[in-house]
Amino acid sequence: MQLTVWTYEGPPHVGAMRIATAMRGVHYVLHAPQGDTYADLLFTMIERLPRRPPVTYTTFQARDLGGDTAGLFQRAAREAYERFQPQALLVGASCTAELIQDDPGGLARALELPIPVVPLDLSSYQKKENWGAAETFYRLVRAMASPAAPPRGTPRPARAPGIKARCNVLGPTALGFRHRDDLVAVREILDRLGVEVAVTAPLDASPADLARLGDADFNVVLYPEIARPAADWLGRTFDQPAVVTPPIGLGATREFIAEVARLAGVDPAPALAAASRAAWYSRSVDSNYLTGKRVFVFGDATHAIAAARIAADELGFTVAGLGSYTRELAREVRDAAARHGIEALITDDYLQVEAQIAELQPELVLGTQMERHIAKRLGIPCAVISAPVHVQDYPARYSPQMGFEGANVIFDTWVHPLMMGLEEHLLTMFRDDFEFHDDAPPSHLGPAPAPATASKSTPAPTPAAADAFPWHADAEKELAKIPFFVRGKARRNTERFARERSVPVITVETLYDAKAHFSR
Amino acid sequence: MSGSGVERGQRAVFCGLTGIIWLHRKIQDAFFLIVGSRTCAHLMQSAAGVMVFAEPRFATAIIDERDLAGLADANAELDRIVKQLLARRPDIKLLFLVGSCPSEVIKLDLSRAAHRLSTQFSPAVRVLNYSGSGIETTFTQGEDACLSALVPDLPAADREQPANLLIVGALADVVEDQMRAVFAAMGISRVQFLPPRRSTQMPAIGPGTRYLLAQPFLADTARALEERSARRIDAPFPLGADGTSAWFKAAADAFGVDAGRFERATDAGRQRARGALGRYRELLAGKRIFFFPDSQLEIPLARFLAAELGMQILEIGTPYLHRAHMACELTALPAATPIVEGPHLDKQLDRCRELKPDLVVCGLGLANPLEALGIATKWSIELVFTPIQGFEQAADLAELFARPLVRRTRLVA
Ligand code: SF4
Ligand code: SF4
Repeated sequence: MQLTVWTYEGPPHVGAMRIATAMRGVHYVLHAPQGDTYADLLFTMIERLPRRPPVTYTTFQARDLGGDTAGLFQRAAREAYERFQPQALLVGASCTAELIQDDPGGLARALELPIPVVPLDLSSYQKKENWGAAETFYRLVRAMASPAAPPRGTPRPARAPGIKARCNVLGPTALGFRHRDDLVAVREILDRLGVEVAVTAPLDASPADLARLGDADFNVVLYPEIARPAADWLGRTFDQPAVVTPPIGLGATREFIAEVARLAGVDPAPALAAASRAAWYSRSVDSNYLTGKRVFVFGDATHAIAAARIAADELGFTVAGLGSYTRELAREVRDAAARHGIEALITDDYLQVEAQIAELQPELVLGTQMERHIAKRLGIPCAVISAPVHVQDYPARYSPQMGFEGANVIFDTWVHPLMMGLEEHLLTMFRDDFEFHDDAPPSHLGPAPAPATASKSTPAPTPAAADAFPWHADAEKELAKIPFFVRGKARRNTERFARERSVPVITVETLYDAKAHFSR
Repeated sequence: MSGSGVERGQRAVFCGLTGIIWLHRKIQDAFFLIVGSRTCAHLMQSAAGVMVFAEPRFATAIIDERDLAGLADANAELDRIVKQLLARRPDIKLLFLVGSCPSEVIKLDLSRAAHRLSTQFSPAVRVLNYSGSGIETTFTQGEDACLSALVPDLPAADREQPANLLIVGALADVVEDQMRAVFAAMGISRVQFLPPRRSTQMPAIGPGTRYLLAQPFLADTARALEERSARRIDAPFPLGADGTSAWFKAAADAFGVDAGRFERATDAGRQRARGALGRYRELLAGKRIFFFPDSQLEIPLARFLAAELGMQILEIGTPYLHRAHMACELTALPAATPIVEGPHLDKQLDRCRELKPDLVVCGLGLANPLEALGIATKWSIELVFTPIQGFEQAADLAELFARPLVRRTRLVA
């Protein structure tokens, strides 16, 4: 058992729902009790889809358990088929139904429906949402595309001259973090390169579309969490290479363009020529104050790795912490962390993430909605970079994360929560101004309440409170003159400095000695 | 009333775990530990996430493969987690172990666990258990299960004391205070509420206890109270000016309050409520409304909307029908109001689309898809979270139904 306050991912059948809901012509019959129908609201309330997810829940009750839950499942599956007339049926069990072992796959096959039935075995007590989405997509792709597969080991025939290169775009789902907008941004890049899109999946694809995945020359994988297993299978089966760099950030977008151009045999120049405002803004003198700001990054693997790279290479931040809840891609995250000289935090325990943020005292947190709450409690600015999603992650305006426009969106989103350059200086100089003091939030963010001092709700004690170091009153006063957004770091550094030198009590002298020691 | 029927098919109702969302705010020193799966944790987070992210007094002990494979002793694991939890939250005085579908299917005995842990942590913490599982409970039945778990533990009332009145069902604090004032004006001063605001203020019950239900979904709690010799006062539910008035009147009659005193105690509130409802009557009279089965509040709400606001009831879906507790409500409904017990989601949607109501009351999963079809909706969950009972809230309740319609008249683009 694991004590869980908040979770980064839902159960795997929610992942399966993300695939079914993204597609057309698919229906999912889920053996599950009534409460599990809450999952509909993820799509209709959070993503604000104007239609119900294509899911039929059997909603068995305790009184059915002694009787015929298998019959209930079959009735539900037959009725769903007749009512919704899908091209393919997904069948599976949620956590509770998994325990009663009714075998939805076998039961559905016994109905002899005239459409493909794809059974899902999602190990609810072991796996989670993204894995469930990846597995579902892979199963569906296999079921639909297999009939067109050439004999094993057949190399792809060369493209006839004069025929445009074609690719599939794989990964965007329902309930994804900006997936719909990313898809627009990526199609624009492919357009500029003159590469045709054969199939986009799962978003907006039908089972019939999946059946022609093998036609394309190569695959573009936007979200490895979701599309990698399917793309690997397509690679093996149809000898299709894959582009696996998600184009998030300027550097990654350029690499993506180069890779696509290479596979398509086209000139990357027209796509690379797109002007980037983010690149210029980051070089403008105003952005000097961003230099070396310490950021903590946490999210799914794709977005966390990309964010760390952007933070370091495109904004000049220092990556103080990097982590992910995506265990399936832990190796990739660890490699990325090593490039920033740190150790990755791989966990799905929100309390552990909170403890690390409290300890590192970063100046900016780039995380999920959960880190946003942690940061709010700790009084640290924050921007959201990854799922789990919130209704705010579906802005009405176009706001991709991918491509050059995505880089612009990211620049704005991350810089907005921070103090602007001159404001930061003024604060340091006139820290006793009654309105313009250091407990005030950035003025463009409105008269929000002062950042919460570690509130009683913080479940994990902050290290500062855990082993308090003696401070001389004068030194405490001097510390209070330092703006709040660096005060935590100053306190931590000074205490470390004092501890290393066995200074018994921190004085004003110690404070400035430490400052000199750590100044960058 | 008449025209009731039973349907069976897919439900689109939350499970009883959802009750924790309001119960954990109501009982301020209680903590709810769900023993369940990732699905249960995700349900709580999705249904409540936005509302109570700040400081939840609930969490989930997620059962994993090791527990199922018998590699870990589930009871030992649970003990470990409770210890970890109580160490972090020393403010907790009452801990509920809340059962879920998985814990029930694997037959994890939470009542034994609660007993064991209660002994271990007493007197600092009391540990109780109930089931909020979706195979046993729908949405608001979770509150019923929670309250009925409290009843056997309630202190016994002193036999020498005069009769006392117990109001049963979670209400907003402000509503409780208003009700207490009205009862005091009627001369009924020994009034207590279940659930109380703190676990240290549990009401005492005994043969002299008369109880009045404030919520329509408390069948098991009522049964448990009867077992402790408390007697129910038959009444409609305190929704609307007339509903609230009849509710107070039932208590007045049970406690022998004379008519004059009852009038003096309730007249001002009733008049205020009626006056405030007038405005909404203009907006809502004649409008056609359809209820999907969700919170069990459907029948009392329909009665209020028909009787006091002149709305036309097209269909009332209700997860189940408790005829005894609903008796007063059913007689007050317009004749031939169709009541459908036990849902069949797709058929209900078919009927709803065909009838094209002016307003639909439904769960969160259905609201936007219906709005997209041009049908105005009201989320039933809002009716559970908002103070709607009593005289002073009657107009607020009407406003909740008027708002979606008013909004449509405002939007031009
Ligand atoms: S229906 Fe059962 S499994 Fe689903 S969330 Fe409710 S208690 Fe958990
Ligand atoms: S209001 Fe915001 S943008 Fe304007 S000067 Fe202040 S910090 Fe800068």
